[in-house]
Amino acid sequence: MTSPLLSITGLSAVSDRDGKAPILRDVSLTLERGEVRGLVGESGAGKSTIAKALLGILPRSVRITDGSILFESRDLLTLSARELRGIMGSEISLIPQDPQTALNPGRRVEAQLTDGLRLKRGMSSRDARQRALKLLEEVHIRDPERVLRAYPHELSGGMRQRILIAAAFALEPKLVVADEPTTALDVTVQKQILRLIRGLQEAHGTAVIFVTHDLGVVAQICDSITLLYAGKVIEEGRTSDVLTHPQHIYTKSLISAGPRYDRPDAGLTPVPQTVFEQLRREIGIPEVRR
Amino acid sequence: MADVTSPAMPRSPSRMAKRIRALLAEPKVIFGGGFILILIILAIFAPYIAPKDPLEQDLMSGTLPPAWIEGSDPGFLLGTDDLGRDVLSRAIFGTRIALTVAFVAAGLAALIGTLLGLLAGWYGGWIDKVISRLVDIWMAFPPVLLSILLVAVFGSGVHSVIAAIVIIDWTRFCRVVRSETQAQARMDYVTAAHTIGFSRVRILFSEILPNVTPVLIALVSLEMGIAVIVEAILSFVGLSVASDTPTWGGMIAEGRQMIYQGWWVLVVPLIALFATVLAFNQLGDGLRRALDPVMRR
Repeated sequence: MTSPLLSITGLSAVSDRDGKAPILRDVSLTLERGEVRGLVGESGAGKSTIAKALLGILPRSVRITDGSILFESRDLLTLSARELRGIMGSEISLIPQDPQTALNPGRRVEAQLTDGLRLKRGMSSRDARQRALKLLEEVHIRDPERVLRAYPHELSGGMRQRILIAAAFALEPKLVVADEPTTALDVTVQKQILRLIRGLQEAHGTAVIFVTHDLGVVAQICDSITLLYAGKVIEEGRTSDVLTHPQHIYTKSLISAGPRYDRPDAGLTPVPQTVFEQLRREIGIPEVRR
Repeated sequence: MADVTSPAMPRSPSRMAKRIRALLAEPKVIFGGGFILILIILAIFAPYIAPKDPLEQDLMSGTLPPAWIEGSDPGFLLGTDDLGRDVLSRAIFGTRIALTVAFVAAGLAALIGTLLGLLAGWYGGWIDKVISRLVDIWMAFPPVLLSILLVAVFGSGVHSVIAAIVIIDWTRFCRVVRSETQAQARMDYVTAAHTIGFSRVRILFSEILPNVTPVLIALVSLEMGIAVIVEAILSFVGLSVASDTPTWGGMIAEGRQMIYQGWWVLVVPLIALFATVLAFNQLGDGLRRALDPVMRR
């Protein structure tokens, strides 16, 4: 086996805002080529921070204090802005969370979908347009000619998300970071979108980092899972192993907290306070924050 | 003004035609724009359109009322002032200064204000602090007083009037563009543009600027109206162009002194001023509606 596509080692980050509060605590993670990894955790667990660090779009208030992010043995944290721009889009790309705001309302779909092709691949407008039509077909959009001419507001949320997915895969990147791409969508559309991402990922051999708080989504799409709490990796492993034989009590209670569709009368079991207390002890968080 | 469309968006003629049709479907654009267009024609062809020389005095026919009032002279459609000068011709020639000031002053103020606003809103940090404090300090001065002071310093004349308006009113553009840029910068599409690997400058001009433009266009139109009024105020107090050039403000000043003898000397330029400002505002509102792709449903 060659070296992994991505290897994060000892990544730590603090927020400059609320009194140097740690956001990531010594996070390590390796991702093989073509692997789909679910990055799971509740709000504030640090999953989005990891995604943003990968894409070089960390807000200024977040400071990386330690660690490295090796992408094909280049450390993304030490590259210059110019070198980083060269990688972004063509080797690492993003499927954004909210299709309502992730497309520029003032530009037509064609312009936005072909941005990367023209900028990174130097394609002519005509070639880029042909490629864009193919891409739209790949994400199962009917009447792609019309969609290319449309403004984002003329399309449904599901359509827009498909366009964003097409754009993310446009340059055949090695890694796609999907930042909760189904949260803003209808449940019926969610499933189609998940299947679509999985299908494209398999067809192109792309590795995917799938950020989500939904274990059900992970079960559907991810090969492996990394569970985070308060910026710390709590559990990691193959999805089937983690979901059937969770090691940590937090993982166990999360899984049993999920709704049981076979027993709707059972209600929801919240994660017990004692579990959080144990977590905080393990990680070493002094003050109760919830 | 900067080009409205982004360079990355080639548009075929038929699409251009579509956009023009959308503009023409907006009644405010038709009325406001139509009126401004008529004013522009009047200004350019004033010597051919005006029935009389605006400076020609005829003391024998001083203070003649408009044509529909008894005692009028059919040669003077809107009457004469106390020196026997034709009010209609003077009002027509007055459009020249009004429109020149409106377009040049509003254009320059927009250019400077937009550029600084974009920089402040996009780069933030010390750039934003410096520009924002500058705007704060600027806006603490009462504008009319400041403009009178500036013209007094520069000396009177149309260039000084324009300079005064630009120096005072760039802050309007700067403030609005800055906050609009900040709002757009928080949108996910900007993040998405970062992750494609666009440079910051490119994102600013090809992603954010087109989304700021509809607001900007409305603002430019409003500013043109304001510029017309400021010019009139400065003419009124005698700080604009030399008195041998007819201006609406100058006419209003003259009319005020003889309001009991001939109200029309005051009312005609007043109506011209009012209608022009209204037309600019209507045009601005209509353009914003027609050009904003989100509002255009």
